[in-house]
Order: sequence, then C-alpha cells, then structure tokens
Amino acid sequence: MSFVKLTTSALALTALAATTASARDQVQVAGSSTVLPYASIVAEAFGENFEFPTPVVESGGSSAGLKRFCEGVGVNTIDIANASRKIREKEIAACAENGVTDIIEVRIGYDGIVFASQQAGPAFTEFEPSDWYLALAAERPADGEMVANSAQQWSDVNGDLPAVDISAFIPGTKHGTREVFEEKVLLQGCEDTGAMAAMMDMGMDEDAAEEACMAVRTDGKSVDIDGDYTETLARIDSNTNGIGVFGLAFYENNTDKLKVATMGAVQPSTETIASGEYPVSRPLFFYIKKAHIGVIPGLKEFAEFFVNDEIAGPDGPLAEYGLVSDPELSETQSAVSDEKVMGGSS
Amino acid sequence: MTDIPNSGASPIPVGSTGRSSILAVDDRTRRRNRAEARFKMYGVAAISLGILMLLILLTTIIGRGVGAYQQTFISLDVTLEEERLDKNGNRDLADIRKVSTFGYGPLLRDAFEQKVAELGLVTEVSAKDMADDLLSAGARAELRDFVISNPDQIGETESFEFLAASRVDGYLKGRVSRDTIANDKKINVAQLDLVDQLMEQNVIEKRFNMAFITGSDASDARPEAAGMGTSMLGSLFMMLVVLVLSLPIGVAASIYLEEFAPKNWLTDIIEVNISNLAAVPSIVFGILGLAVFINYMHLPNSAPLVGGLVLTLMTLPTIIISTRASLKAVPPSIRDAALGVGASKMQSVFHHVLPLAAPGILTGTIIGLAQALGETAPLLLIGMVGFIASNPPDSVASGLLDPNSAMPAQIYEWAKRADPAFYERAWGGIIILLVFLVTMNTIAVILRRRFERRW
Repeated sequence: MSFVKLTTSALALTALAATTASARDQVQVAGSSTVLPYASIVAEAFGENFEFPTPVVESGGSSAGLKRFCEGVGVNTIDIANASRKIREKEIAACAENGVTDIIEVRIGYDGIVFASQQAGPAFTEFEPSDWYLALAAERPADGEMVANSAQQWSDVNGDLPAVDISAFIPGTKHGTREVFEEKVLLQGCEDTGAMAAMMDMGMDEDAAEEACMAVRTDGKSVDIDGDYTETLARIDSNTNGIGVFGLAFYENNTDKLKVATMGAVQPSTETIASGEYPVSRPLFFYIKKAHIGVIPGLKEFAEFFVNDEIAGPDGPLAEYGLVSDPELSETQSAVSDEKVMGGSS
Repeated sequence: MTDIPNSGASPIPVGSTGRSSILAVDDRTRRRNRAEARFKMYGVAAISLGILMLLILLTTIIGRGVGAYQQTFISLDVTLEEERLDKNGNRDLADIRKVSTFGYGPLLRDAFEQKVAELGLVTEVSAKDMADDLLSAGARAELRDFVISNPDQIGETESFEFLAASRVDGYLKGRVSRDTIANDKKINVAQLDLVDQLMEQNVIEKRFNMAFITGSDASDARPEAAGMGTSMLGSLFMMLVVLVLSLPIGVAASIYLEEFAPKNWLTDIIEVNISNLAAVPSIVFGILGLAVFINYMHLPNSAPLVGGLVLTLMTLPTIIISTRASLKAVPPSIRDAALGVGASKMQSVFHHVLPLAAPGILTGTIIGLAQALGETAPLLLIGMVGFIASNPPDSVASGLLDPNSAMPAQIYEWAKRADPAFYERAWGGIIILLVFLVTMNTIAVILRRRFERRW
C-alpha cells in the first residue's frame, strides 16, 4: 500500500531530523521583547555582511529567555539571551546547576521609559514621580495608619494636572519594564512625598515599606498590560484619559498618535537619557554562553558585530531606532573580544 | 409542539357567530402564525447580521491590507566607485566582501545628491539626510548584493530602483502627513517637500510590490522590505508534514475502528477520547509539542518539522472523525455484496468501501489542513514568533529543520511591532492567509460536489 510507504518515509524523515538536529549553523537568540527589535536589526545586518546565516531572534520576555538560556549547554539550547534587566543571582545559580557556568554579559545600551497619552487628550505634559506614586499606590500612610488610596482624578494628586479620572496602563509583572517603573517612579515618588519616611515611622522595616511603596492599586484605575506596547497603544486609542507606559523607541515610531510627558521636568530623548538627566531608563543586556563559542558558527562574530561602533554607536542603526548608546561601549567591545565571563574568573 | 388544540368535544374551534370552518382563523392560530413569522424574521435578522459582519470584516481587512501590496520605489543611478568597493582593483571577491553595507552609504548619498542636482531641484535637505532617511535601510544591502554577484560592474554607473523608507511610503499612501510628523525624528517637512518634487519627476513611484508575497521578514529598521514568502514556505512545509503524517495515520485508525475493531468498552473509550481530543484547545498541543518534541526528543527549535508534528496531533482527530463519518455513509450492502462474491474483509474495504469514501476523506483532510494552516497558538510555544523567517530555505531538509515561521505567526509578530508600517503588512498578510483558506475550502467543496455519492 502506498500508505505504508508514505508512513515509512515520514518516519525515516523524522529519524533523519533527529540525527541532523545535532548540527546547527545559525545563532539562536531569545528573550526580552524590548531588545527584540535591536537584536533583529543586528541579526539582519549580520546576515547581509557575513557568510553566516541570519541569526534567529525569538521574543518571549527577559525571564522566559533567561530560563531557556539556563536549560543547559548544547546545540538544542539557545546561545544568547536578551534581557531588559540584569540577570538575577537566582538565575545564575539555576544556570550553574544545569552546567551553564561561563556567561558573558554584554550591555548594549540604554532604553528610556516614557509616559504618553492620546495626542488630542487632556494636557498630560508634566509628571513627577510623586504624582504617579500618589495616583497609583494601593495604600498610603495617613495619621499613622495605612489607608486605601482614595485619589480619583489626577487633579487630586497634583493641582497642576488635568481634572480627569485616573486611568493608567502600566506593564504587567512579567515585563522587565515593570521593575524599572516600580523602582524609578513609584519608589522614587514614595520617597519624595515622605510616605516612605512616614511608613518607617509607623514601625515598618525598610523592605516592607519599599514593598508598600511599589504596591499598585487594584481598583481598576491602573491596568496591567501583559501584552506588548501595541496593546497599550490600542487601549489609549480608545480611552481619551488613558496614560500609558511605553519604551522610547515605540513612542518615536508613533508620534502621530501619542504625546509624551516630561518626568521630573526633563523631556525624554536619547540625549537626556544618555546624560542621565531623564530619570526613568534602564540598561539592556544580552548574555552569551561561552561554551557555545567555537561550536555554533558565527556566535562570537555576531556578538562582536552587535557592539561594533557602526551598529551600537551613537550614529548606528540601533541609536536611530531609539537605543541610547552606551558611553562605555569600547569597554564592552574589549570584554566581548576577550570573552570575559561574569564573576571575574575566566 | 404542545399547543395542539384539544378543546374537548369539538376539535374545530367554534366562532362566536356559530359558523364553523376549518379555515377559521381564531386568536390562537393567529398567535401561532405570528410566532412563526417572528421566528422567520429572527432568522433573517441573524443571517443579515452575519452577512453585515462579514462584509465589515472583509472591507476592513482589504481596506487596511491592500496597501501592503504596493510599495514606493526610488530610482537612482549609482556609480560603483572602484576606490570604495575594490581598493586593490583586482576584483577579488574576498576583498569586495570586506566592504560592509555601511561602506555603501556614501555611494547612495552621492547618487541621491547627483539625481537632485540633475533635475535642478532646490532643497535644504543634506545628501546624508536624503539617502539615509528617504531610502530604505535595505538599499545598501541590495547594492552590496549586486556588486558581489556582478564584480565586473565595479566602476560603472548602474540604474537601480530602491525601496523608499517606510515613512516616505506612508506619505504616498496617506498614512503619514505633514501634521502627523511634527514630533517625528525619522522624517521632516523639508524631506517631504523633496519627496513631492521627486514625485513630479517620477523618480519616486508607487507600484505593485511582488516582494511582499515572495520576500522574507525584515527587521524593525526596514518594515518596507518585509514579506510573507519565507513564512509561506514555512507553512507549506508544516502542511506537508501534517499531510504525510495525519492522512495515513488518521485513515488507518478510522478504517480499523470502523471496519475491523470489535465493539467493546475499550473501543468505546477510544472513540470518546478521539471526540474529546478534537475539542482540546490547540495551545495544549503546543505545550505538549514543546515538552515532547523539543525538550525530550531534542528536535530543533522553531523548525517547521516540529510545528508540523504539533499540528498533526491537532489535525488527527478531525481527520479521524470525518473519515469515520464517510466510511459509515457507505451502505452495508456494498460490503455485503463484496463479501458475497468472495472478497476478503480487507479486499471489501480497500477495493470498494475506501474508494467510495475517498471524497469525504479528502474533504475532511483539506478542512483539517485549512484549520491547521490558520493555527497560531501552538506555534507561539515552539519558538515560531520573533525575527525568524529571515532565511528562505534552500532544500527540503533545510525547509523542515531550519528555523522558520508560519503565516499566522508572522502576522501576529507584525501586529506587535512598533512601526505602523508593519501593522499594514499584518493586514496584508491576513489577505494572503484568507486566500489560501478560501482556496482550500473551495477545493473541498468542489471535491464533495463532484465525487460524493448519495445512496
């Protein structure tokens, strides 16, 4: 029967697949969706300029990427993990447990986080971290007690802001961006307003007070967005009073629909982020498995190409897309070419 | 069905006048007639609503997606300067390859400046801003590819048609206007003025863009160059795997269950479970595929082979159910006749029942494939979303094993990206996907119409 033949050939094909799976000729990258556009720009240029095939860049988030990165050493694991935050001690330990010990950390630059609203919406043009803390905190200290946040309108937290209902769209907890938002905006605002000190006076220890500072209200005034910035954009499009948290690069591609607010009286731009004036920014990283260098063709060349001046420098395509280039790029370049692993030893 | 009149002695209601007729329309009949009319109206309303929604959906998809099939091109004459491209002058490919795409930037700047000067246009835009912001970032790569494949052309002046940058393309398509770019860093009003002038001279033109159908995915820096071609091939290879695996397995399982298996509790359990499997959400098969095919069997990530295997699991129940239904539809008299003239059970099945059931089986298979073609959820888990579909496969093995995306996953990926130009391409991709689905379903309908036999 031809069925039998077909099935046999299919099985043979599968067996063939299993054996050829041991050879892989393209670099595989996975991780942060913030780093994805940069990594794909570099991968594309790498494929054009080198004889190696274009590396494959998957998204999925920093944590998911690092988890896969730490699954072990071997061609069926990824070579590079993109992350919009530093790798955690816990993750390094998980890596070590699976035999991934020599990790090269590469900082590619900085990314700004901006607060934007509908172009035609209310005049949200100036924010301070304290406004966001007061608007979004779950509970605030008042007369020695923690009381639920009662702010309904932005004007309740700051008389200069428009009198419209609070409606914020912030990144969900699976995003690396959320961490930056909590630390650089909510915690900062908590300290600025004196709420942090008030909580410590109430007898909370520092960790508990910080946690209380970063707890976001759950009564619907603030919505966690677990998807991408396009989802935040769609929410803002349909809600005149909505304010969203975006990456700078995303905002710069959608300036026709969004207007951006200053934070701490600084306009977000690659310049103000590079100089450190704009407060809400974070470094972007990728992590390379040293054990794969020399095994996966083109891995080291790709990493070196990524941090090359022509690519990651201030005039390169990454900066043009919205990355704030790293002033210490030359150190990163030499670290990559020396294959300097984390933790000092090599 | 409960309101059959049963008013005691007389089955025919008697009117107040005392005259009686079968046709007497009393209140109750009128109510029933009204109820029927109302029900018909609900039906018509439901269908009209459905058609209206379909029309809205189709017009939205076509309205938003049709732009992706046109692209803006800029024609330039580029002088391939020897001192920049081949310093040694020996046309050695190794030397020529050393010049990276960045080295081709100045050539484009010169060419653009020359074109503007030739046409006598007045502009305040610098040569760097013309070439870097109006041309696609892919123009340099295109030029480099040309030089590498035609090293003998170095030193000559060649005419090229480069893609325009996505903002320029958006301007020609009405997506970008002078009002919307007030805060845009990638283009400014002076550049748009220049674009207007170049359009008058026919240097910038909008034309049909085949590369959208045949090309590969492109990075966020050049949405204008992105195409569906590679992910279409990815889908094709996945469907091949699905067809090759699920058709024989599905048909063999159904024939056994329908014709040979004894009726007992075990086959009953299998039968119930097959029906249940058909209702399992596809994401579950994705997780299963990740755990079994990638983590346990170590098949490569993002490979269409793995995607095909996962979709096979998903399609099998559909094929088994439709195959069993078409086997059941073959009347027992055919089997009896075959057995009566001395055929074995197997001969009766393969010579008589299966050929008669074939149109139904094929229809079920095609519909199962169409379902698998449009499936996205399981592909998210096996690494098919991201910047994946960048290398078109060059052989069957590479088509099956090298990382690739699939059409729905590619559409999902484009819809997520920041540049609005990708959004247009996502809609354009939906049109291609719909064309495939409609074609497959039409083939299924034609097959059924032509070959199906009713008894």
